[in-house]
Amino acid sequence: MPIPESGAFSEPSQGPLVEARGLSHERDGRRVMHIGDWHLAAGAHALLLGPSGSGKTTFINIVTGLLTPSHGSIRIAGQEMSALPPAGRDALRRQTIGLVFQTLRLIPALSVTANLALAQKLALGRVDTAEIERLIGRVGLAHRAQARPRQLSQGEGQRAAIARALVTRPRLVVADEPTSALDDRNAAAMIDLMFEAADTTGATLLVATHDGRIAPRFANRLDLVAPAAGVAS
Amino acid sequence: MIGLSLAYLRDRALNTALNIILLALGVASLVILLLFSAQLEDRFDRDAQGIDMVVGAKGSPLQLILSSVYHVDIPTGNVPLGTVDLLRRQLGVAEAIPLALGDNFRGYRIVGTEPAYPALLGATLADGRMYQQKMEAVIGAEVAAGTGAGLGQRFIGGHGLSSSENGPKHNEAPFMVVGRLKPTGTVIDRLILTRIDSVWAVHGIEAPHEHEDGEHDHDHDAKGEEHEHEDHDHAALPAGHEGETAEEHAAHLRPAEVTAVLVRFNSPIAAVRLPGFINRQTDLQSAVPAVEISRLLALVGVGLDAVRAFAVLLMITAGLSIFVALLTALKEREGDMAMLRVIGASRAAIIGQVASEGLILAAAGTALGLALGHGVIALAAANFRQLQQLGLDGFSVHPGEALIAGAALAIGLIAALIPAFRVLKSDIAETLANAR
Ligand SMILES: Nc1ncnc2c1ncn2[C@@H]1O[C@H](COP(=O)(O)OP(=O)(O)OP(=O)(O)O)[C@@H](O)[C@H]1O
Ligand SMILES: [Mg+2]
Repeated sequence: MPIPESGAFSEPSQGPLVEARGLSHERDGRRVMHIGDWHLAAGAHALLLGPSGSGKTTFINIVTGLLTPSHGSIRIAGQEMSALPPAGRDALRRQTIGLVFQTLRLIPALSVTANLALAQKLALGRVDTAEIERLIGRVGLAHRAQARPRQLSQGEGQRAAIARALVTRPRLVVADEPTSALDDRNAAAMIDLMFEAADTTGATLLVATHDGRIAPRFANRLDLVAPAAGVAS
Repeated sequence: MIGLSLAYLRDRALNTALNIILLALGVASLVILLLFSAQLEDRFDRDAQGIDMVVGAKGSPLQLILSSVYHVDIPTGNVPLGTVDLLRRQLGVAEAIPLALGDNFRGYRIVGTEPAYPALLGATLADGRMYQQKMEAVIGAEVAAGTGAGLGQRFIGGHGLSSSENGPKHNEAPFMVVGRLKPTGTVIDRLILTRIDSVWAVHGIEAPHEHEDGEHDHDHDAKGEEHEHEDHDHAALPAGHEGETAEEHAAHLRPAEVTAVLVRFNSPIAAVRLPGFINRQTDLQSAVPAVEISRLLALVGVGLDAVRAFAVLLMITAGLSIFVALLTALKEREGDMAMLRVIGASRAAIIGQVASEGLILAAAGTALGLALGHGVIALAAANFRQLQQLGLDGFSVHPGEALIAGAALAIGLIAALIPAFRVLKSDIAETLANAR
């Protein structure tokens, strides 16, 4: 699967897209997340599976540079996220990562199209209307393109959020519990959509969930266990 | 990001509208006050240009100034014509111009004076010529526009200084327009100028002697002249006309009298010496326009200050209201902002977005307030003749408005930046977790 150009950050990345070395995180002297050594190669969609409280969100916050790990390091597209200054993290995140949140994370005052346009403007500094239309059509929202997020159904909103994450053509799409609120059929449809959409833009998926239903869909799995004991991999 | 700010503002349209209106009211009040006081002062200065002192009958000095310099109040009384020459003989007096008031035509005052008066106020002829013969008149630009009078037009003055439907008319003595003045932006635009003896003639008073250029002897031999019309006979009926107030009657000219004398000095010593000398040593009263007007403005100023304080309060209230509105809106939007940061908005961009929201509110309120302020002044001037005569003009812009606009924008900006920085200080990861 070819990796498309993505903004200015198209360093030749022969290495893995995500690379964790001795990674773990402590909060108030308590270990809340432990990964150790792990890497995610481009195109190898991965599932981060673990029970509630096992540190999935903590790991995602570290991957996206919102949190600095207490131990170890994390490299994103060859750059060490945890060593970068705040502005550098912002830039790396902006140019490499698309995020899908568990709940609706669209600007309520803007239409679906305007939300996508804003994301493009922020990440790429330009708006590609054709790409926006293509993606909205791809997630089956062409007829709702001008609707406000609060006028969308839960499923429509999530599809819009996926489109928003992909519209900047990120190399890595990170999703935190995208299916936990959905019924079986919608959860399956959601994962289908993410795979298909990621493949059309050449993105690599990293999906965190405690939702066992979608586990079989991923070949690449990283299991987290609840703290106290436990090393995963 | 401006688009996003507009979208957020549109999303809470009612709140936005209320804040804009609140700020607009504050701005409008300040603009109205500013324009009102500035235009009034400007008008006062322009009308009094070159007039260092006014000499008239004893009474209120302010009334003397208002009646003879601004033509808004009734005169304090009359002084003998000889006063003019007396003043002209004084050292340091450059000019002494007599004014004879008493009549009006459709509310425009008829002023008996010398051509030096329009010259003093910088008025020049638009067409026609300066009056030379008795009963010839030169009219100001506003008089020409208001009455439609052209050259050669004859008209009859009504008695008194303001028009009234049932006031007595001087039917027998028609004036003739021989010249019209260019607009000057001073009180002269609203005056009808004629020779002093024309005014006397209207009142049945013969001039002491016939002179061509208005220089008069000061032996008062005109007293007891016969009066030519029955309904207006001062000597026979000193008690005055029916329908006249006692004050109006006090303004009646008797033989060889003028209402006031405008004086221009050419030496500062005269300015120091003469006013006091006149007040102490004669039956006359002197008043200095600058002194009386600053006294008047100080008096009015106390009232204006109170209104100004209220307007400032209104603007601060508007600022607080914008502050509260943005604070609540941003609190609801903490999740949005964290997400914006995650999808690539820099801190500066977030601050810029919130600041532009406050600025857009403030700018809209300011623009509306400026329009409202000018509109109110224009409307007031259009509907109240007195205000228009005072020189109120809704379409002139005062540099102080930039200051008001700047203050309003600053209020909007500060009201926006405080909550913006508050939000930025919070931890994005935590905000995202909490907003979930
Ligand atoms: N801000 C915080 N302060 C202290 N402890 C925290 C904080 N955030 C998370 N934790 C702790 O860190 C551990 C891991 O939390 P995390 O949110 O990563 O779990 P998770 O796997 O995402 O759980 P879930 O599936 O319920 O979302 C938990 O024990 C949690 O209590
Ligand atoms: Mg979680």
